[in-house]
This record gives sequence, C-alpha cells and structure tokens, in this order.
Amino acid sequence: MSKFKLLTDGLVKNNPTFVLLLGMCPTLATTTSAINGLSMGLATLFVLVLSNMAISAIAPVVPDKVHIPVYIVVIATFVTLLQFLMQAYTPAMYETLGLFIPLIVVNCIVLGRAEAFANKHGVGESALDGIGVGLGFTCSLTVLGLVREILGSGSAFGYNFIGGHDGMLAFVMAPGAFLCLGYLMVLFNKYLKKN
Amino acid sequence: MAVKSNLTNMVLVLGLTCLLCSAVLGGAYVLTKEPIDKAAAEKTNRAISQVLPHFTEVEYNEADHYYKATDGDQLVGYAIESTVVGFGGPLSLIVGVTPDGVVYNTSVLSHAETPGLGAKCTTDEKFMGQWKGFNPSIKKLSVKKDGGDVDAITASTITSRAYTQAVENALNVFNKLEGGQDNE
Repeated sequence: MSKFKLLTDGLVKNNPTFVLLLGMCPTLATTTSAINGLSMGLATLFVLVLSNMAISAIAPVVPDKVHIPVYIVVIATFVTLLQFLMQAYTPAMYETLGLFIPLIVVNCIVLGRAEAFANKHGVGESALDGIGVGLGFTCSLTVLGLVREILGSGSAFGYNFIGGHDGMLAFVMAPGAFLCLGYLMVLFNKYLKKN
Repeated sequence: MAVKSNLTNMVLVLGLTCLLCSAVLGGAYVLTKEPIDKAAAEKTNRAISQVLPHFTEVEYNEADHYYKATDGDQLVGYAIESTVVGFGGPLSLIVGVTPDGVVYNTSVLSHAETPGLGAKCTTDEKFMGQWKGFNPSIKKLSVKKDGGDVDAITASTITSRAYTQAVENALNVFNKLEGGQDNE
C-alpha cells in the first residue's frame, strides 16, 4: 500500500464521517460553527496520530485478552494530555468544546483505527493513517460546521454577512445537524466516493 | 501476532502501561499547572475589569463569592459572582455593583444556553446594554412579561428570567454587605 494512498484513504474512501459514520456524537454536537468543527477535528487528529503511533509500537507485546483495556489507557492518556494543553494555552476554545474533549476517549474512530489498523502495521504507517483519518474527520466537521453556520447564523468562520439579522436557528440546533449531515452525506457519496 | 495471554504477562503489561501513563500525566500536570492557573486568573481579572470602573486591587471573599475592588483607599465596588439555573444548565454571572447600589455592568462567566437563542445573553447588545447603570431603586428587577423593566431576549424568556434572577441574587449579597458595614 503506497504512503500516499494511506493518507487519501482516510480523506475519501474511509472518510470517518460521511462513509464510515463513526464518531457521530461529537460530529453532531460540536459543529455549530466552522471554527468549532475545525477545532474539534484538530483535537481528534492530535489524539488519533499519537495513539496510533503508541499502539502500533506496543501492540506486539500486549497479550490478546487485555488489549482493549491497554489501548483505552493509552488513548485516555493522550486525551488528558490534550486537555491540559488546551486548558493552559487555548482556554477559550477549551470552554467552547468543553465536555467533548474528554469524550474523545470513547470516540469510536480512535479505538477503531487502533483495532483495525495500528495493531497490525508499523509506527510510520500508523502515523500516516492517523493523519489521513484525522484530516478526513477535520475536513468533514469543518464543512458541516460551515454549512450550519452559514444557514443558521448567517456567518462564515465568525464573519457575519447578513448584518444583525438572525439566521435560520433550526440549523444551529440538533435537528439542523441531522439535516445537514444527511444532505452532505448524499452529495459526498454521489460525487466524491468512486467505487 | 499478539502474544498469548497468561496471568503473568496480562498483569505485567496492564500494570506497566498504567504506571507509565500516570507518570506521563503527572509530569504533564506539573508542567501545565502554572499556565492553567495563569489563564484562569487572567480570565477572572478580565471579567472584573469589564464590570467595574478602574481599580488597582481586588480581594476575594470565598464565603460569599465576591471580589472587593479598591483604588488606593477608595472602594470602587464589588464584583459579585452569581450562579443560577438557566434554560440549559448553570448560568454564571459576574455582577459589578458600585458603592451606591447601582449595577455598573454584568458579564457572563459560563453558561449552557441554546446556541442562537439563550446564548445571545453573551452577545445581544440591547440585552447586555440595559444592565449598564441599572438602578434597582428606580427600575423593577424582572422581565417585562412579568411586569418588570428588563427587556428579555427575543424567544429566550427563560434565559432572561434566569439572568435577572442572578443579578437580583448579586444585589442581595451587596445589600447584605452594605447593611453589615452600617452596623460597624
């Protein structure tokens, strides 16, 4: 498998949001604006790359029966590390994403990649896979956040272009998240994902 | 591929992983403690300077959750923390009250209100602006729907009520403070 393919697989063919439908909880909850989606995506990317690398390194010595607890401990460590760093250096963003940062631990994308890829491949390949899937997640969340922000608040990346008026509020709330996700998924699978 | 499990290697690997991870986190905690505390202190200071006129020193009272701000010997006012239940969860305000009992300004510390509706209590200028110089001895402290003088945020009456309640609680703390001082 070529290195380039490892990266692009996560973006399109194995796109975690639009194709695999993994990690729906943070996807729906944090994409109220493009910036929020982008930061959530980057936070997950950080954890995904590091945990993929660590798990591929330790996988050969981990006994089969305890591999899930060991992986979870490793993932939780990186998530807590990220939490400390965000609290220290980006406190405003930490407050916005709040609960969804600790919840990266149980994001099935992270454990999914550890199980399906990292424990069977080398450290380098696992890092590339983490970057690919992480970028796929980041792009999907940013696009979803952008669409919801444009429709729901009439702004893009915080820049308001309808001046003072309200957008269609439904799109900022949960029902809008499902609607946007559904339509984006249709478009994505029709135009981008070639069999 | 994976090692065959037996009791010894399971205990060993899991124990070592936990030990290593807690060591990493312990180190990270020590390293980030200072910047985290600094960020939190900066946030509080920014919030206080938003709700009170110029001051040089603050003193925190833990029992009643307020900051007493002074400029030299002169009392500038109190920045009082006040938490109530809003629409989506706890709504935490900091309310600046000058010694004459007038609200100088208010600011939201944290909230869990609906984005686009109740969350406007942090951005809606009309709603935020009315608290500047709000004098509770002239104006009635409840939303217009309940017969008071507070303009509610459109479609967010519950948040507006909670906000008003939080300001009222803060003013009660202030009255208690001032009342206590008169007796001295």
